[in-house]
Amino acid sequence: MASSTHPNAACAACKFLRRKCTQGCVFSPYFPPEDPTKFVNVHKIFGASNVSKLLNEIAAHQREDAVNSLAYEAEARIKDPVYGCVGAITVLQRQVLQSQKELEATHADLIRFSSDLIH
Amino acid sequence: MASSSSSPCAACKFLRRKCQPECVFAPYFPPDQPQKFANVHKVFGASNVTKLLNELHPHQREDAVNSLAYEAEMRLRDPVYGCVGVISLLQHQLRQLQMDLTYAKSELSKYQNHNTQGVIAAHEQTLGNHLYHHHSQSIIRAFDISNINYDNTAGHALAQQTQFQQARPAGTDERATTIDHP
Repeated sequence: MASSTHPNAACAACKFLRRKCTQGCVFSPYFPPEDPTKFVNVHKIFGASNVSKLLNEIAAHQREDAVNSLAYEAEARIKDPVYGCVGAITVLQRQVLQSQKELEATHADLIRFSSDLIH
Repeated sequence: MASSSSSPCAACKFLRRKCQPECVFAPYFPPDQPQKFANVHKVFGASNVTKLLNELHPHQREDAVNSLAYEAEMRLRDPVYGCVGVISLLQHQLRQLQMDLTYAKSELSKYQNHNTQGVIAAHEQTLGNHLYHHHSQSIIRAFDISNINYDNTAGHALAQQTQFQQARPAGTDERATTIDHP
């Protein structure tokens, strides 16, 4: 966290929003000034006030994970404005179904071979 | 167009404004699906969605809205991880399946080896490993995507998305997904 080593350093969010970064800033633990892109992306896709509302509805110990997942989704959406991270979900689903079918076929072969051996 | 001159789209109903003939939301937010816009509005905001749609070609906008709607729904169901939780789960399942497949294939190769002693030894090992078979069966049953963590609405949305994208191969590339475990 930037604020622990540099008490007066504004977080990436407040730098972007051009406002004073206060002690109680909800963004500062998760948007260090060394990584400005993270907030730029999240701001572009979700908006600062939506992120702030979301964080306020989540327990404090889960906020870092929430911000990181939002940052991931925002980056994915910027790279692929049509599908965002849902594109990755579709690809993975297809791979899972394919592997599942292959596993079922292999099991069927195993059963066939082992029953041939018995009979 | 989903809205007629007398029926505002779900977005304009939500925003309590007149739905103009050129409304950017109307084709994608029909009035009979109010939840779709409500979710997208809550997670992304109307103006962000407008900007995003305006940066896309008209033929891409339906896919974009549907993927945004899916992301919004997942984020509301799981405010901490959203879609990233789904990705992480699928990656884990895929790794598990691939391990099971590698094991099953190595078992099969013992049978396909024409050495008789090898076949008998493989058979004995397979009989001893019957528990593995049951374990894999339970994994296969678990891969009913519609039942994983989310209820059938999410599964149906996933299935819809899959079918939708299959009609548009340009939108699906077999790119690697890199993600940290949440």
